[in-house]
Amino acid sequence: MSLRVAARFAARELRGGLRGFRVFLGCVILGVAAIAAVGTVRESITQGLSQEGARLLGGDAEIELTYRFATEDERAWMDSAASQVSEIVDFRSMAVAQNEERGLTQVKAVDGAYPLVGDVELSPDMPLKDALVGSDGLPGAIVHPLLLNRLDVAPGDIIRLGTQEFRIMAELVAEPDNVTAGFALGPRTIVSTGALADSGLLAPGTLFTTRYRLDLPPDADLAATQAQAEETLDDSGLRWSDARNGAPGAAEFVDRLGAFLVLVGLSGLAVGGVGISAALRGYLSGKTQVIATLRTLGASQRVIFLTYFLQVGALAVLGIALGLLLGVGLPVALAPVIEARLPVPAVFGAYPGPMAEAALYSVLTVLIFTLWPLARARDVRAAALYRDALTLARTLPAPIFICWTVLLFLALLLAASYFSGTLWLTLWTAGGILGSLFLLVLAAFGIQALSRALRPRMRGRPALGWALAAIGGPGSTAGPVVLSLGLGLSVLAAIGQVDQNLRGAIERDLPDQAPSFFFVDIQKDQMPGFMERMESDPGVSRIDQAPMLRGIITRINGQPAADVAGNHWVLEGDRGVSYASARPDRVTVTEGEWWDEDYAGEPLVSFSAEEGAEMGLQIGDMLTVNILGRDVTARLSSFREVDFSTAGMGFILVMNEAALAGAPHTFLATVYSDAASESAIFNDVTRAYPNVTAVRVRDAIEQFSGLLAGLASATAWGAAITLLTGFLVLIGAAAADQRSRSYEAAILKTLGATRARILAGLTLRAALLGAAAGSVALAAGVGGAWAVSRFIMKTSFEVAWGPAIGVVVGGALISLLAGLAFALGPMSAKPARVLRSAE
Amino acid sequence: MSDPVLSLQSASLNLMGNAGPVSILDAISLDVHGQETVGLVGPSGSGKSSLLMLMGGLEQATSGRVTALGHDLTAMSEDALARLRRDHFGVVFQSFHLIPTMTALENVAAPLELAGVKEAYDRAEAELHAVGLADRIGHYPSQMSGGEQQRVALARAAAPRPDILLADEPTGNLDSSNGEAIIELLFGLRERHKSTLVMVTHAPDLAARCDRVITLTDGRIADTAKSTGAAA
Repeated sequence: MSLRVAARFAARELRGGLRGFRVFLGCVILGVAAIAAVGTVRESITQGLSQEGARLLGGDAEIELTYRFATEDERAWMDSAASQVSEIVDFRSMAVAQNEERGLTQVKAVDGAYPLVGDVELSPDMPLKDALVGSDGLPGAIVHPLLLNRLDVAPGDIIRLGTQEFRIMAELVAEPDNVTAGFALGPRTIVSTGALADSGLLAPGTLFTTRYRLDLPPDADLAATQAQAEETLDDSGLRWSDARNGAPGAAEFVDRLGAFLVLVGLSGLAVGGVGISAALRGYLSGKTQVIATLRTLGASQRVIFLTYFLQVGALAVLGIALGLLLGVGLPVALAPVIEARLPVPAVFGAYPGPMAEAALYSVLTVLIFTLWPLARARDVRAAALYRDALTLARTLPAPIFICWTVLLFLALLLAASYFSGTLWLTLWTAGGILGSLFLLVLAAFGIQALSRALRPRMRGRPALGWALAAIGGPGSTAGPVVLSLGLGLSVLAAIGQVDQNLRGAIERDLPDQAPSFFFVDIQKDQMPGFMERMESDPGVSRIDQAPMLRGIITRINGQPAADVAGNHWVLEGDRGVSYASARPDRVTVTEGEWWDEDYAGEPLVSFSAEEGAEMGLQIGDMLTVNILGRDVTARLSSFREVDFSTAGMGFILVMNEAALAGAPHTFLATVYSDAASESAIFNDVTRAYPNVTAVRVRDAIEQFSGLLAGLASATAWGAAITLLTGFLVLIGAAAADQRSRSYEAAILKTLGATRARILAGLTLRAALLGAAAGSVALAAGVGGAWAVSRFIMKTSFEVAWGPAIGVVVGGALISLLAGLAFALGPMSAKPARVLRSAE
Repeated sequence: MSDPVLSLQSASLNLMGNAGPVSILDAISLDVHGQETVGLVGPSGSGKSSLLMLMGGLEQATSGRVTALGHDLTAMSEDALARLRRDHFGVVFQSFHLIPTMTALENVAAPLELAGVKEAYDRAEAELHAVGLADRIGHYPSQMSGGEQQRVALARAAAPRPDILLADEPTGNLDSSNGEAIIELLFGLRERHKSTLVMVTHAPDLAARCDRVITLTDGRIADTAKSTGAAA
């Protein structure tokens, strides 16, 4: 009964239009749209990756081996399981032009079967097979335009890889299976594997990866084939991927970035929530007389609550529907533009999953932020009609509403951690948002108190005095302004600080400690000459060198490694493994004992202390490491400190010399030199040892910085939505406040204030509030960024003053803009009319 | 006789209503002399308050001329009008119109601050003492009764020692005892500052305290009478 009556009342009130609900609707629409848009793009990419899995992988399935080719038995199994097998060898090398220009390149050596799926696009257009055959007695190479530029060569010219010369036959336009390549330091060169036989680049012990792409029969069961492969080729160190997830790295990256952006979007929804709550409170405050009249006429608390709850519900549904339309429609409409910028395929469309996720978040947020104002409306008494101050009571709502709010918040947390798949990140985000909100509420009170305290000191400065009076006095908008603007700016400040600090850490810290070069694949017989060259160079301050192999930890104490240590990154693929006899000077053992210099007993391994602790390893554990297809089982005899932050040489695993000395291997060297000597070192080493790959650390850092900039910009877009919502809330607060500003301006005009003075007062008020919100946001953002840098990124932290000042000034400007947008009315209104309408 | 401090010559006021222009005041001609007290009476909607607003430059005449202290209000900008009010006028409204975000003291000091008076707050405090609100100087309007708010409004109007005091039904929202107290204060302040007073009122006994009573009907002056019981 009461529901029907309430529904009728609600419908009658909504008949008057959406005037009081514009900001409410705007906040819901923006919040839903942001989350739905991120979800839609993420799902579109996931669908794209899944539909194009085989093309991205280059076959139905792939077996990856490290450092070696497949054995005859392994190859026999592949040939039996697949209708066609293609072998690809992937490694880094130095490409040298005849003009002696040199550049790092990621070489892909292929066989005649490549590519099993899709096509390699070349310019000039020609069949891949013809291009690889070459001309004039030289095998052919296909080179990425970036490398062509770097070496100043063109198709028809000759380049050298190791000791083998190649004729550049074409420019590489697109390769179908590029997504799986991951973070590559050099542009691509494609050659035929057969042509590398005499290059010296694939000698035993050199670093390369082989990939065997399998074209399986149409009815093949991928899961069953994988199980069969892993059983048959047990412990061979193989890594299996198949078309079910053709680009696992890309899919995971997109998933994580998407989850992170949704969490940023949730902070936007929280800002929207502040606006929703403020808008509803303003609306209900204007309805106090209506509510009191209804109460006089006998309406129960339940009817009052339901009347406004139904209105909020109807508007929330409308807002969510419009938000979903915008959030899904925009990415779909912009699909061609987005696709052109994405390095991965995407199939854009309206996916129910992300829409449901965005709708669920919004419903929960709307409920969380509207329950209290609605509960207060329910508490309005009939006597409010006869009171002077027709304001809603500022008391806590009934306990049931507090309980519901807490429950809804927990439900939101649960939903966010379920959908993002990262409980800790969700908790951190929620903690950050709640912490910021708490800080901002405190700050709003503090700013009001400070304004009241400062007001007497501003005597003789009327504009400033009025601004402080408006901020500190009754009916102040400091609360919603500081909360909405502050939360948006906090997110932006935190992102800005983290971004600047990460870049800072890379650009500032590394050059002092990082080596200038990594030299990879130095053969044992090349080491004396190499060392002599370095030691005789006065520009070289330090050389570290170590034997280098690569291996995959397959078992821990006889159990599959993943069963013991979960999905720790150390177990994801192959790791560098070294050996040493005596304990190197720079090594600090934290637990256990280093072996004797001439130790030749059972294999022993020293493990990185931090990663060992994370994986739950203990002294005495037996680790099985697959190196070059051979299992080496070693006892863990010590933990040692490994510092990856200096970009120096850091091996997770170091074994005793006797355990590995027999295995074919090369050496890795890091050289620390002054900038002036770098060029000569690079040229001398690459000329004297064509097989050695030189990685200039500066280039790698530059590339990593580029990747980071992309991430930061994606996140900044997410934060911009939060800020936009904050701006909308500000506009709402300014609009709601316009009537009282006009009133105030009219009185001041009556008392003799000129428009310039009134405008100065309004401007100062907006700027002061904005700057205050910006300052608090900066404190919250810096605090958050410090925590992220310290505990998650594990880098040092310094306040980046550029973005910091930007946040405070930006806050003042945004608030000013919102304030001034609504200052024209009060400035131009005739005082008599404003005052009369207020009577 | 000295020049009038307020003078209206055929002043009319038309406002735009939903159904077209509405004539509020029609060709009003009137002079008010220094230190004179004038009561404006008439039925609701007769244009009393609008006439008062024209005198204070709070409303612009559609035609005719309005001068105050020799200044032609119809030819002045909004800001010039504001400065004129600041230096010469005090206005009291029926609905008090205190600035809700300011305390009683700040409200009273506001016009003095605008005039750049150095001892604005001392004078404001003295005015609040004079209206009996010494213990309410730190209170906001929402924390005061109607009578108290009107006393603050009186103190604010009197603080700049205005040449002209305009009062628009100053007791309209008050009970009789509060109303009487306010009127005593108003006339006392006028006397103290030797101001000219123009007051809109519905109360005949209150109008009778003025030197002259002007009756308005339908936006025109229907009657002008010398008061017989003029107060000091």
